[in-house]
Amino acid sequence: MTLYAFLGALEQGFLYGIMALGVYLTFRILDFPDLTVDGSLPLGASVCAVTVTSGHSPYLALTLATLAGFLAGAATAILNTKLKILHLLASILTMISLYSINIRIMDGPNVALLGAPSILTDLEKTGLPLHVLSPLCFFVVATSVMAVLIWFLHTEFGQAMLATGDNRHMITALGVNTDNVIIIGVGLSNALVACSGALIAQNQGAADVNMGVGTIVAGLASVILGETICGAPTIARTCAAVLAGSLVYRIAIALALSFKLGDFALTPSDLNLITAFLVILALTSPMLKRRLAR
Amino acid sequence: MICVQNINKYFHRGSVNEVHGIRDLSIDIEQGDFITIIGSNGAGKSTFLSCLAGTHAVNSGTIGVHGTDVTHWPEYKRARLIGRVFQDPLKGTCANGTIAQNMALALKRGKPRGLGRGVKVTDLDLFRRRLQVLGLGLESRLRDRVGLLSGGQRQALTMVMATLVRPDLLLLDEHTAALDPKTAAQMLELTRTIVTDNGLTTLMVTHNMHQALNLGNRLIMMHQGRIILDARADEKSSLTVEALLHKFHTQGEGDISDRMLLNTSRPMHA
Repeated sequence: MTLYAFLGALEQGFLYGIMALGVYLTFRILDFPDLTVDGSLPLGASVCAVTVTSGHSPYLALTLATLAGFLAGAATAILNTKLKILHLLASILTMISLYSINIRIMDGPNVALLGAPSILTDLEKTGLPLHVLSPLCFFVVATSVMAVLIWFLHTEFGQAMLATGDNRHMITALGVNTDNVIIIGVGLSNALVACSGALIAQNQGAADVNMGVGTIVAGLASVILGETICGAPTIARTCAAVLAGSLVYRIAIALALSFKLGDFALTPSDLNLITAFLVILALTSPMLKRRLAR
Repeated sequence: MICVQNINKYFHRGSVNEVHGIRDLSIDIEQGDFITIIGSNGAGKSTFLSCLAGTHAVNSGTIGVHGTDVTHWPEYKRARLIGRVFQDPLKGTCANGTIAQNMALALKRGKPRGLGRGVKVTDLDLFRRRLQVLGLGLESRLRDRVGLLSGGQRQALTMVMATLVRPDLLLLDEHTAALDPKTAAQMLELTRTIVTDNGLTTLMVTHNMHQALNLGNRLIMMHQGRIILDARADEKSSLTVEALLHKFHTQGEGDISDRMLLNTSRPMHA
């Protein structure tokens, strides 16, 4: 793997790391398997692309995308808590609805953003080459998001959210309306995913309705890889682990794609298989470690 | 203080499995009452507590607290008034949180939760003082995960959490039933201390007739969703296990559970 490819993998790791933090919030904190993310990632990208192409600032685009993601997550959570639809099914319903909605927003299956301003445009004046500037910038963004998430989970409301995922009986008996907590929690999760989608669209210069396929799997892979490699003793450590997991995942994929054996080479269409293999490896490695230790 | 009027609770209403859990039940609970509730399996003891807590919505009747009608308040809203300890020791605490985090959650019972720090350093002293009463050494383990504690320790912690903010009503649903006899006896002593020291209005469901007779100032016997005996002060202190069994045989048409019979033998540590 070249240095250029490595920096690219880091950049992807940080960008998708924001998404992985969102998946961590639902999957681990709220114990809410949420497939909405496959729709809210392109939702963030669509909203961002349309806002930028209509001449508004990329920062405004990012904000609107994040808000749209929150609404998508809240929709899933309302289907689940108020209309009593199973969480998994509720999230699938929102996900497929978002496919249509995203095409409506973009007035087509994709929007090109080549040459359009991004959040990197102002920073390019520093003179740093783009392949260095871009991972650096997204490192700052991703770690800031992580810091805010860690702070949030230590607030009174954040602690109530942790308790909602852990023991709903207990926290209801302590006066918390768990429906509201779940709506806000799943909303925040998808806000992060949409924010990630918007940044990805700005970074790759296009938004596409199909860019969200497999988001949940990549998110889970990052969460599980991170927890397995770094451990998860505290909230702060776990959040850092998720971000690290996202980096490891992207680097592993970059390595796999540069793999060649004679005439045989892995192609991007093998990504899903590689992901599944990585997740299985991460899930079983604690067990294998214990077997070997005996 | 708490006025329950003609409440009815059905399960699976309208189906062949319909159960009439609570039948036209009415009771006035006075400020400072410590009421023990006994009855055979399926008598409606736990259902009654769940109706008070709001876990079950009643099908008819009203529940008033201090003159406020709370019949249609959801469970989380009633938590402002009510502290609870469940039968299952795992139900009352968060396994993944630390002792301090659990106490901090309980300190906010019924209050809005904002973006202030979850565990405030200034509250730690209060937590330590409250946990000291237990004599279990938990006050020096504030940073330990609750999942590391035994069932008895978790139940004791739940008891402290339920009363950390003074509840208008404390509901204890067979809170010693899942503990070993020695721990159960300690838990009972702790209950007596906390309830009488603070003069808490309390409802305690138990399967143990000795517990029911030894604790509290009022005893209620339930059968098939009704109250069939309500003994206060003097009448309660003159009650005996034999008298209660007799009552069961006459009123309860003789169907008392094996568990009830086993519990009539004098417990080792009571």
